[in-house]
Amino acid sequence: MKIKAVAALGLVALLAACAGDDAVDASAGAGAGGAGVAGQPDPSTIAYFNQVVGDRVFFAFDSSEIDSQAQATLAQQAQWFRNNPAATATIEGHTDERGTRDYNLALGARRANAARAFLISQGVQADRLRTVSYGKERPVALCSDESCWAQNRRAVSVVVGAPTS
Amino acid sequence: MISLVSPASWRPFSLTHIRRLFALGAVLALSVLITAPLARAQGTPLEITVAGAEFEPMPIAIQPFQSADPSLTSVAADIVQVISDDLERSGLFRIVPREAHVSRAVPFDSMPAFADWRVINADALVTGLLARAEDGRLRVQFRVFDTQGEEQVEGLQLLSAPEDWRRVAHKVADGIYSRLTGEGPYFDSRVVFVDETGPKGDRRKRIAIMDQDGANLRYLPAEGLVLTPRFAPSDRAILYISYDTGEPQVYLMSLDGGQRERLGNFPGMTFAPRFSPDGSQVVLSLAQDGNTDIYAMTLAGRQMRRLTSHPGIDTGPSFSPDGTQIVFESDRGGSQQLYIMSNAGGEPRRISFGRGSYGTPVWSPRGDLIAFTKILGGRFHIGVMRTDGSDERLLTSSFLDEGPTWSPNGRVLMFFRESPGQSGSAQMMSIDITGRNLRVVPTPNAASDPAWSPLRR
Repeated sequence: MKIKAVAALGLVALLAACAGDDAVDASAGAGAGGAGVAGQPDPSTIAYFNQVVGDRVFFAFDSSEIDSQAQATLAQQAQWFRNNPAATATIEGHTDERGTRDYNLALGARRANAARAFLISQGVQADRLRTVSYGKERPVALCSDESCWAQNRRAVSVVVGAPTS
Repeated sequence: MISLVSPASWRPFSLTHIRRLFALGAVLALSVLITAPLARAQGTPLEITVAGAEFEPMPIAIQPFQSADPSLTSVAADIVQVISDDLERSGLFRIVPREAHVSRAVPFDSMPAFADWRVINADALVTGLLARAEDGRLRVQFRVFDTQGEEQVEGLQLLSAPEDWRRVAHKVADGIYSRLTGEGPYFDSRVVFVDETGPKGDRRKRIAIMDQDGANLRYLPAEGLVLTPRFAPSDRAILYISYDTGEPQVYLMSLDGGQRERLGNFPGMTFAPRFSPDGSQVVLSLAQDGNTDIYAMTLAGRQMRRLTSHPGIDTGPSFSPDGTQIVFESDRGGSQQLYIMSNAGGEPRRISFGRGSYGTPVWSPRGDLIAFTKILGGRFHIGVMRTDGSDERLLTSSFLDEGPTWSPNGRVLMFFRESPGQSGSAQMMSIDITGRNLRVVPTPNAASDPAWSPLRR
């Protein structure tokens, strides 16, 4: 869990470095003020989900394959959903800017669905998980090289139905 | 609205042809009657040949349009400016500057002194006359002369409400262009597109419509996250994508009243819509459980018919002009490629076999070519190929060129080009299908996803 937290914080720092503070995805920073005694949010909160569990997984170029790192993150997400049965999520599928608009909408749908299918395989009820694709419309990292594109090829679980922090 | 008429007072010019025009009845009816080439009495046809590698735009002189009514002097100059700009922007004409005109002004009902126009190297001469009709409408007459053949090759009259003077000018330019190039007209047309403001990570997108030359821009009541507007063949409605419900859905909007409606209510997102050529159907993509296939929907009954059924991404459908076939993109073979299938679905045949990947296919209104976006070696290109996939030609290259749309005559492509980086933004461009004449399409803000209208009626 500690490693996860470091990884998540490292990601936030990376995003900020590349994209500027105002460009960091709002969902990633939501409820950041709810840090507990040990500097960690309460485990039942969305802040905990976003910052400690990790709200997003990443994909290779033009791929919707859930790799081992994404599997580890999604397994943690699934456990959190099992522990917080009132919570539901919309899984947003995103792409980098290196594709055409229609294709990227379809690819984003594939990615969101792949993440959702994995969560369902881990015991999360299907009716708690919606999907939406944004294609290349909502990048979080704005530069035009692989360091940013890798962050934009993502599926983000946007949680509701739990305390924010 | 504009109508074309041929009143009794408008008689053929004594030595030459005047195109006879007739009213098409209703006030709303407007038609360009400039299709059949005029028989020429002698000499070689005054026509621009655009196929060859070396190409010189045709020098053309446009004499200031005359009027006996001083209140029309200003609009006469404005009309000539719009005509000149249209012809010049086509890349096929060079306007001989007014300062070079050595001839005395040619009265509208007289033959020009052709030698005076040949000496300034004007191959063609346009003269015009404005008047106010008894019913208050604007009457514009114009003639096109071949200065080498020393004859009139075109003569037309148009009547319109005074406020439609720009459309009259575009119709005049279309008449000149069609007669001298042999191509169909396209200047009297519009473009619907996505106006973009705000930062790259959170663009505000609005659907806007304007004349093809950038004039008369207005915003339509669709904004937030809206994508890929597409014209109906009637020119009176558009399809587009909106996230109004939280996920992408296809909407239909009337351009007469601005009424919007969502096309159907499906589990899953719908996108990539286009009308059938007769306007009775819409083809679109529907993504369900992560898999995207192509469907056709009747607008009358909202009946959905599935056209593809494959685990690959099938999207970007576009009808052939006769409505019998559909070109689309699919990654079923491992990468994005172009395929053609019957309008009833069935087994598609792949037509793109070059290196790289292909998307956003659009069938030319002439039926002969398919335009596409190609991604190759980290660059994006706009290209064209024949419908059997042969004769592929890439016309552009940049960090991101995407989404071609055809001019109504199948001669020009418009697309959008996005620049890289945090401050990157999109602008619309146009290019001749020969690969010449790359131009920026002027818009007030960043702009993407252009769709060219049919020729206005």
